[in-house]
Order: sequence, then C-alpha cells, then structure tokens
Amino acid sequence: MSKQITVPFGPQHPVLPEPLHLDLVLEDEKVVDVIPTIGYVHRGLEKLVEKREYTEYVFIAERICGICSFIHSQTYVQGIEQIMGLEIPERAQYLRTIWSEYSRLHSHLLWLGCFADSMGFESVFMNSWRLREHILDDLEATTGGRVIQGVCKVGGVRRDITPEKLDEMVKGLKGIEHELQDLTNVFLHDSSIQHRLKGIGVLSKEDAYYLGAVGPTARGSGLAIDIRETGYAAFGKINFKPVVEYDGDCYARCAVRAKEMFTSIDIIEQCAKKIPDGTVDMKVTGAPDGEYFSRAEQPRGEVIHYIKGNGKKNLVRHRVRTPTFTNIPPLVTLLKGCDLADVPVIVLTIDPCIGCAER
Amino acid sequence: MSFFQMTKTVLKSLFSRPATLMYPVKPAKKTDATRGHVKINPDGCITCRSCQRKCPTQAICVEVKEKTWQIDQMRCVVCAVCVDVCPTKCLTMDNQYRPAMTARGGLEKFTVAGPKKKEPVVAEAAKPAKE
Repeated sequence: MSKQITVPFGPQHPVLPEPLHLDLVLEDEKVVDVIPTIGYVHRGLEKLVEKREYTEYVFIAERICGICSFIHSQTYVQGIEQIMGLEIPERAQYLRTIWSEYSRLHSHLLWLGCFADSMGFESVFMNSWRLREHILDDLEATTGGRVIQGVCKVGGVRRDITPEKLDEMVKGLKGIEHELQDLTNVFLHDSSIQHRLKGIGVLSKEDAYYLGAVGPTARGSGLAIDIRETGYAAFGKINFKPVVEYDGDCYARCAVRAKEMFTSIDIIEQCAKKIPDGTVDMKVTGAPDGEYFSRAEQPRGEVIHYIKGNGKKNLVRHRVRTPTFTNIPPLVTLLKGCDLADVPVIVLTIDPCIGCAER
Repeated sequence: MSFFQMTKTVLKSLFSRPATLMYPVKPAKKTDATRGHVKINPDGCITCRSCQRKCPTQAICVEVKEKTWQIDQMRCVVCAVCVDVCPTKCLTMDNQYRPAMTARGGLEKFTVAGPKKKEPVVAEAAKPAKE
C-alpha cells in the first residue's frame, strides 16, 4: 500500500465559483476518501424570519440564491399560501410557471458555460453565456430584474406580461432554439468532451436513491424524480416528461441538463398558449397560522421550505433544504476512486451552489 | 461535419458585432421595467411613512417633524415595494443603475412638502379676520 496524502481542494479554487472545501485523501493519483466542509458563506437568513414580516420576507427568501432566486421566492410564497388557504388567480400560476422555467433555462446555460470552462473549453463557455443573455433580457423586460426578479408576492405576482410581449418571448426562444441545439451538439457529440466525461464519476441508481440525490444528479442515474410532476403552480396542466439518462456518469448528468433546456422551452410555449386572462394578484389579510413543507423543482433539484407561523406577522420558523446540500453525500461517493485530475469536472457535475446550501 | 460547424461559428463571430458592451463607457441596455434606483418627488411626499414601514431592508427613514425623507442607497435592494405602497405616487423607479461608489456614503436626504393642511388652516386663517 502506498503512502496516503491529503490535498485540500477549495474553498478558493479556479473552477469553483463558490467556497466548498474538500479534503481529498490520495493514494498516488487516486482519490480514496473525501471530507467535505461547508460554512464559509453562512449569512443567517433563516433567523431573519423572526425580525421581518412574512410578506417582506419574500425578498429575503429570493436572495438565498443568486441563480435560482425566483424559485426560492415561489416556494416560500406557495408555502404561505397553503397555510393561509389562499387560491391565487390562475393567470398568476401560469406566470410563475413561465418565470420559473426561464430561470431554469438561464441556470442551465450558466452551468453549461462554467462546465465547459472547467474542461478548458473557453469558446463554448462564452457562447453559452451569450445565449444566456437573451434569456436574461426577457426576464429583465418582464420582471424588472436580471437575476433577482422580485415579482413573487403572497397572493399572486406583482407584474403581468402583456399578450404581445408573451408572443415576442416565445418567438425569441424559437429564434435561439437552433443556436441552443448547436451548443447542445457540442456537449453531446464532441469527441474530446465525450472522452473527458464518459465513464467518469459513475453513480449507480441504488446509490443515488439511498444517498438522497435530487435533480439532474438523480435523473442522470436513471431515477425519474421531478417535483414538477406533482403539479404545483401550473405544471399540472402542462404536458411534459422529465429528462432521464441511465449511465450515471458525468456525461449523463451533462446530457440531462442540456436536454432539459428544450423541455423548458416547450413548457413556456404551452403556458403561452394556455394562459387565461384575469387578475394576477389578490388581497391578503391576516397572518399564517400553521406549518407547511413547500416543495419545488429548482434547476439543481428539489428544494424544501419549511414554514411555521403562529398567527402573528412574524413567522416562528423557516428552514430551507437546498438541492446542493443533499447532493453532497452523492458527491463524496462519486469522488471516491477517481483520478485527481477529474475532481474539478466531477464536482461541477452536481452543480454546487454553496450560497444556497448555507443560507 | 464538425469542421464545417466550427467554420460557421468562426465566420459568424468574425463578421458580427461583439456580444458585449463596454459597460461604464457605454450605458447598459435598459428596459422600461428595469429597477435601477428609487427617486422621490419631494413636493408630493406627505410623510405618511408607508415606505419606511414596508421597506424590507429599513433603508428609508422619514422624519415627520423635520419633514425630511432619507434613503440609504447602499441598504436599498431596489425591490420597488415603496413605489408600490406610496399613496401619492411621489416615489418612482428610475431605470438607470446608480454608478459604483468608491467611498462610504449613499445617504440621500430630501426636505419634503409634508402633510397637506386643509380645514384647520382655513379655520385659523378665518378666525383673526372675524376678530
């Protein structure tokens, strides 16, 4: 047996946008054990719920993450609405669906860019981010913010999209769809990328299930878990199938994200066709009294917001379980047995978002 | 096949304009809906303090006696709640971002009109006339 050495990976590392620390125990070039550490960017947002009114806290819930921001506010607001028994207007449900799919699109494009960058594929990185800019432009024109949209509120949404703008958005998405196809072809068919990804970091279906993998990490291993299928917001009225790959390696997880972009475009198109007329918000009185587990599908997987109120303006408890947090045990399993040079690529395939995971 | 694909991308990139903007020199592209920063029309403010109560970051401070309205632009998260709740619509959202700051500060204080005086003023003005 050769001598074991420990190599620190992160919290500052060129491929990591956010501070995740891994102690890699190496034997020669092979990783034999991994000890993950988080806790570098803790902000104490959950405690803040006691200081702010439940309606103001929407903006704080949105700032838990800078990428899946809209879905965080949506999940929180859905939880409050469930406790208070509010039936929000159907148009607001559809608008939330459209915006959440837009944020999924921009998150996946961001990830594809970062992922290409981690493999040293700079031009694809720039192309992905150029396409992402189209998505952000539409988000800014309809919500007022590029990544922090701030449109969700208890009882509906704060802005409406005109039918003309909606048509324009769908046409815009159709316009960039062939460019997205070109980009996806690079990730799925380029020989050097396949060589870098195939057969590396394999997570079996059983491991994915028992270690609690969610989102593309689970779907890349053949687990068809997608919370959108539970039909929250307007997803119940939309026809779509979760993208599932069966190999469980880095290539499969990359393929899931690349193909999910087209599912998102399809969902937005269906929403634009089916969206009813009407108001987008309703008057809310009183305060939540009760508790609820609110779930939604983020670009990274399932997010859970636990909300507890006691009939006063301030909530008693708010707890968030983010997808990155639950994807860390699968990551540890993935890394065991891989080469040191593959560690950055494997870490990125779970799409770590540490700002989310630590709140 | 992939060679032609690459040539297509290269030619396209060669003969098209850059996708990026030289941001501070050229202004960033904006839409009508963009939330840039909060502006106040001091003549319309009645110091009702709705904006102060609803601000999630407590960036706004209204002094009723001194008739001042103050915003800490560094605390403000540009959520536009104050603009929504303002009863006289004297708060508006400008779609230009504020320029980056190189020193501490960001406090902006305005002297505002204050609440509109109605009947009591008329009554007091009328009284001396009678005497």
